[in-house]
Amino acid sequence: MNVTSTPPLPAWGMGGAENEPLLTVEDLHVEFATRQGVVKAVNGVSYALRPGETLAVLGESGSGKSVTAQAIMGILDTPPARIPKGRVRFRGTDLLRLSEDARTQIRGRRISMIFQDALSALNPVFTVGSQIGEMFQVHEGVSRREAERRAVELMDRVRIPGARQRLHDYPHQFSGGMRQRIMIAMAIALGPEVLIADEPTTALDVTVQAQIMELLAEVQRESGMGLILITHDLGVVADVADKIVVMYGGRVVENAPVRDIYRNPAHPYTRGLLESVPRADRKGRELYAIAGMPPDLLDMPPGCAFAPRCPYRQDNCVTEPVPLYRIGATRGSACHYWREVLDGGHG
Amino acid sequence: MAATGSPILEVRDLVKHFPMTQGVLVRKQIGAIRAVDGVSFDLRRGETLGIVGESGCGKSTLAKLLMGLERPTSGSVRIKGREIAGARESELKGVRRTIQLVMQDPYTSLNPRMTVGDIVGEPYEIHPGAAPKGDRRRRVQALLEMVGLNPDHINRYPHQFSGGQRQRIGIARGLALQPEIIVCDEPVSALDVSIQAQVINLLARLQRELGLAYVFIAHDLSVVRHISDRVGVMYLGKMVELGGDAEIYGQPAHPYTQELLSAAPVPDPDGRERRRRIVLQGDPPSPANPPSGCRFRTRCWKAQEICAQQEPPLQLRPGTWHESACHFAEVYDIMRRPF
Repeated sequence: MNVTSTPPLPAWGMGGAENEPLLTVEDLHVEFATRQGVVKAVNGVSYALRPGETLAVLGESGSGKSVTAQAIMGILDTPPARIPKGRVRFRGTDLLRLSEDARTQIRGRRISMIFQDALSALNPVFTVGSQIGEMFQVHEGVSRREAERRAVELMDRVRIPGARQRLHDYPHQFSGGMRQRIMIAMAIALGPEVLIADEPTTALDVTVQAQIMELLAEVQRESGMGLILITHDLGVVADVADKIVVMYGGRVVENAPVRDIYRNPAHPYTRGLLESVPRADRKGRELYAIAGMPPDLLDMPPGCAFAPRCPYRQDNCVTEPVPLYRIGATRGSACHYWREVLDGGHG
Repeated sequence: MAATGSPILEVRDLVKHFPMTQGVLVRKQIGAIRAVDGVSFDLRRGETLGIVGESGCGKSTLAKLLMGLERPTSGSVRIKGREIAGARESELKGVRRTIQLVMQDPYTSLNPRMTVGDIVGEPYEIHPGAAPKGDRRRRVQALLEMVGLNPDHINRYPHQFSGGQRQRIGIARGLALQPEIIVCDEPVSALDVSIQAQVINLLARLQRELGLAYVFIAHDLSVVRHISDRVGVMYLGKMVELGGDAEIYGQPAHPYTQELLSAAPVPDPDGRERRRRIVLQGDPPSPANPPSGCRFRTRCWKAQEICAQQEPPLQLRPGTWHESACHFAEVYDIMRRPF
């Protein structure tokens, strides 16, 4: 491999495999045993990611968006976590059935992840150079010298100024934005096919957020990897996503191409979220506010989890489980009354 | 939210430097963090002044100075004409009834061992004159009702409430002494999106009903725009632009404001390919060693020699109707995003 330039486009980024999903999550369930009882964090989540695609997973705290990602990565602590049901297929192989050794071969190398809090994800007692270089030493068995050389290359690629001089600095000596760049460098070091970014810019200022999102887009363009962007920020999603999965109470409540959702949401929760965003043309008016609170994951209602807060609620919403209705070639909504929601208004 | 009359809060040339020291036995000062470095503004009754800026720009230190929780290095803070900068603690106590603080984190800002009634009623322990003892329970219940909580929950503990409800408890506590000014330091940024709108609406309603003036500090530009009558933009301890909300958001004149607004993602995918951004390189300089002249010059695409030599004061500039601190201030219509 020619290591002086950026890694070449891998074969999976091109050609006929384009429409084959790279990664699919199928009817995934995750629960946690706690002293208070069983927390049902993920209750039948399905989504698919294709090469080169950016899939945004939108949801609030407790929606199950991060737990789903951790199940994909295989970094859930079991126990207390348990996966009673579901599949995570990566290029056809169900990751949940693999041995820990086999998963280690995939984790970090073919599927990697970056987190919101880059400072606690980095080891404070090792230099950033050794932490980035470690990726190459452990996975590719290269010498320390070679690992260091490639660490500098990667730091250049993620635009850390003065990479060679900063190789021996410790994480605390970097700003929040630079630390996130270091995380990205480590995540892309081995040329993964899937990158999962869990709230990568939430802790950052808006100007730094713009830099990081630009960097992620650029890395994706060069490598053709699939990106799963987990976020609660409707603005970030609108900027970069191809497809969106909206999660609520551990379920997917809506999925669609990005433009469809913003133009005409098909689930009351999505509609409520979009209408509650402060915008210039809503100035001086009362904001639309979704009433009530998110569901208690210890005590999930038998019907739709959003029903207690929903302006479209009918009796059957409270009692009957809601499937994810297919409402178009590429869209789905988990609402019995999706037609009314599409027609607009708060019901 | 019409602002009327003379200013209720006047801030002039406010400065706060935190000394940096070295040495164990003999501590000597080796420099200072210039957190707030010459900030001036007025706030009128019933008005909301939004303060935006990124981490390290000094906006939270400014909040503490306004509350009298930090002593300013120099400058003046007058509340209803009374100077609180450098005032004795006994003098401050009276003034604090007029100005109250709502904090960011509803999890750490409420004592987990106190009931909601004790938390909201605590200001009456400190200011016994504000409410006679026999009347306090009734007042606390009225406050809970005012912020949209069930008054019967007065004996519950903070952990029995959600994040949004806890923020309401914090707001009720802030209202207990019937203040005229509330300093809100990132009041909704710890909350989920679906809860944010509830709290923003509550703050707007309380302002209408009680005639409160807000200093609303936040990093979320769209939230600040929604609630503010005027907006100040801070960078490295300085106010770089100050004006009406429509002026700051529609016709920003300072390059930093333009950059900040262009960096904020818009929740609308239509036309995203055409949207262009000014993406600054690098990080802000350290407030311990700010650049000479204009503090933004090291990252500014307009910077000339004069910017390093002369600090541009915050003042009206040709072709603008609001104050900005840039030698080359020039209005851009941000809605058209011409960059």
